[in-house]
Amino acid sequence: MAAVAQTTPLSRILWPALAWTIALIFFFPIFWLVFTSFKTDADAVKPEHLFFFTPTLENYANMTENYDYWRFAINSVITATFATALALVVGVPAAYAMAFDPSRHTKDILVWMLSTKMLPAAAVLYPMTFLTKNMLGLFDTHFLVIVVLCLINLPIVIWMLFTYFKEIPKDIIEAGKMDGVSTWGEIKDILIPLAWGGIASTALLTFIFCWNEAYWTVRLTTIDAATLSKLIEGNRAPEGLFFGRLSAVSTAAVGPIVVLGWFCQKQLVQGLTFGAVK
Amino acid sequence: MKSLFNTVAAVAVATTGATAVSAQDLTIAIVNNGHMINMQKVAEAYTAKTGVNLNWVALEEGVLREQVTSDTATGGGQYDIINIGMQEAPIWGAAGWIEPLNFSAGYDVEDILPAMRAGLSHNGTLYAAPFYGESSMVMYRKDLADAAGVKIRNNDSWANVKGAAMAMHDPDNGVYGACLRGKPGWGDNGAFITTVANSFGARWFDENMKPQLDSAAWNEAVSFYVDLLANYGPPGSEGNSFNEILALYNQDKCGLWIDATIAASFLENPNVAYAQSPNAGNPVGANWLWAWAMAIPAGSPNADAARDFIEWATSKDYVQAVGNHPDFGWGSVPTGQRASTYDIPEFKAVAGFAAAEMAAIDSAAPEATDLKPYVGVQFVAIPEFPEIGSAFGQEMAAALSGAKSVEDALAAAQAAAVSIMDEAGY
Repeated sequence: MAAVAQTTPLSRILWPALAWTIALIFFFPIFWLVFTSFKTDADAVKPEHLFFFTPTLENYANMTENYDYWRFAINSVITATFATALALVVGVPAAYAMAFDPSRHTKDILVWMLSTKMLPAAAVLYPMTFLTKNMLGLFDTHFLVIVVLCLINLPIVIWMLFTYFKEIPKDIIEAGKMDGVSTWGEIKDILIPLAWGGIASTALLTFIFCWNEAYWTVRLTTIDAATLSKLIEGNRAPEGLFFGRLSAVSTAAVGPIVVLGWFCQKQLVQGLTFGAVK
Repeated sequence: MKSLFNTVAAVAVATTGATAVSAQDLTIAIVNNGHMINMQKVAEAYTAKTGVNLNWVALEEGVLREQVTSDTATGGGQYDIINIGMQEAPIWGAAGWIEPLNFSAGYDVEDILPAMRAGLSHNGTLYAAPFYGESSMVMYRKDLADAAGVKIRNNDSWANVKGAAMAMHDPDNGVYGACLRGKPGWGDNGAFITTVANSFGARWFDENMKPQLDSAAWNEAVSFYVDLLANYGPPGSEGNSFNEILALYNQDKCGLWIDATIAASFLENPNVAYAQSPNAGNPVGANWLWAWAMAIPAGSPNADAARDFIEWATSKDYVQAVGNHPDFGWGSVPTGQRASTYDIPEFKAVAGFAAAEMAAIDSAAPEATDLKPYVGVQFVAIPEFPEIGSAFGQEMAAALSGAKSVEDALAAAQAAAVSIMDEAGY
């Protein structure tokens, strides 16, 4: 009979205390960001106003007055939503094929897809600018941002879905085949209902990645398709301490995604830990 | 699924088509700082008067350079007006990447400070109009200096400046004698150290554009800088640039600070005094020169409208518009561009630093001389300089932190500079 682990009074206090400490360390930057957003730029850098200050909404008022926050926010919603949808539209059939009808090259393809994430983005900045601006005329369009965000995240999407699909017994899919269900029917009527939790987790994570992407969304847009990442980038100032203003813009940019993550944390945790414990 | 595809396609078509810009729109890329942000509001009057709609794209300095460079190198078209600095203006003008600027007679181009005009021109042609400019000077706590019994004079010797820093240095009470840039980057520690080196008689390149970082003058200048900052600077100086030091200064933690003149408008301690940058006896001096200027990328379809806007935004009328604006006032007017600004009584009444700033800009010498055979003060106006300056900045930060000796750091920077210049075909 296996020995049952005994919990001592010390460990009952120590582990929760450690967990709380780590959680607070991780949460502190978010807390400080929001906290600073209610300070004036002058108060934000004064030690005497580190914790005690007169809260102000001045930075949020400036944000909507000086910048068209809602235009940036709507662009973020449009690009992140459609890029996620497009990635799933491509990723689900791709992962289905690899999970249930693998060839001898499937593993190589999976590794190759992941290796594309290792390419430094800066290396292709000039060709991307030339291609999208001079040849395709797509610069600063939602379409371009959606396609780029989709392509950036596609390897992760396919890998995650592949991992989920591998957990589904192959016999179920084959039973469908025996009953004469088409490939599309297998995906739509068998696979998606069975793997719905995994697909939702993948979609959520992809949406978060798309929302937070900053390198390409800043560099492939000007006005029309600029997202919240560009709004934050534009508030960084090398000469001038505008930390209150920058904190307000950053809070408003990450706010929607933090709220979304809060409501969907169960699916997110499931997505992030899937396969870790069996 | 079909409907999803249709939706994606519809959005794609709709959004791609949405990029069409009317002839009366101007897209302006600006660096994010107080003057530029204010301009967006002041320019509402320009839109009301002319009907020209202004689209502002604010970007962090490094990203702005990167994006404007890639746009210009691919034929332009993304922006009608761009903010560029003094490092880029003559190079891009020579390359034909930006349009020459010819303004109407009423613009009074002679009123632009001569050093600014020289730094933003190539072969006598102005390629960018200064929106605001800056030099560098000493800003110090007069109360601390008086208490320590030291004085800092205009163009003082480096030895006296070091003596003043030593006298004011009181780390037990959180006061550090000298706060100077140490963060790696050609526009960060690279800019400051270059001005120190200039005053010690060092130069980046000889007449044949061969790197000179292995000279005795460079060794003397960098050794002095490392000694001053390591002994009398705040801990972790290799992470400090303008913003970090501004925060320290406003927390009363700095005895003296040598940096951009624009810093004076941000200082909160009333006991501030100014002095012209120190010198080690060399005529080049140790004050830099910089301007954020406005230029028109070659290929802009709205070049005429862009020129009209730049003429307004860099004019005497603009200075008046900011000074009389209910949200801003005379303390917020852009400085360092026009001589006439320094004659405005309302401005002089609120800007205690005005005379010192004007003197610093006036005495800066960006043009090539026998001592310094290239254009630029704290940089060299060649396309390769940002790469060389970045490598140099990393090495100087290593020397400051003690990870390398000054000799080793300079030898490594020299090797990098030689390699980059060789590759560029010099």
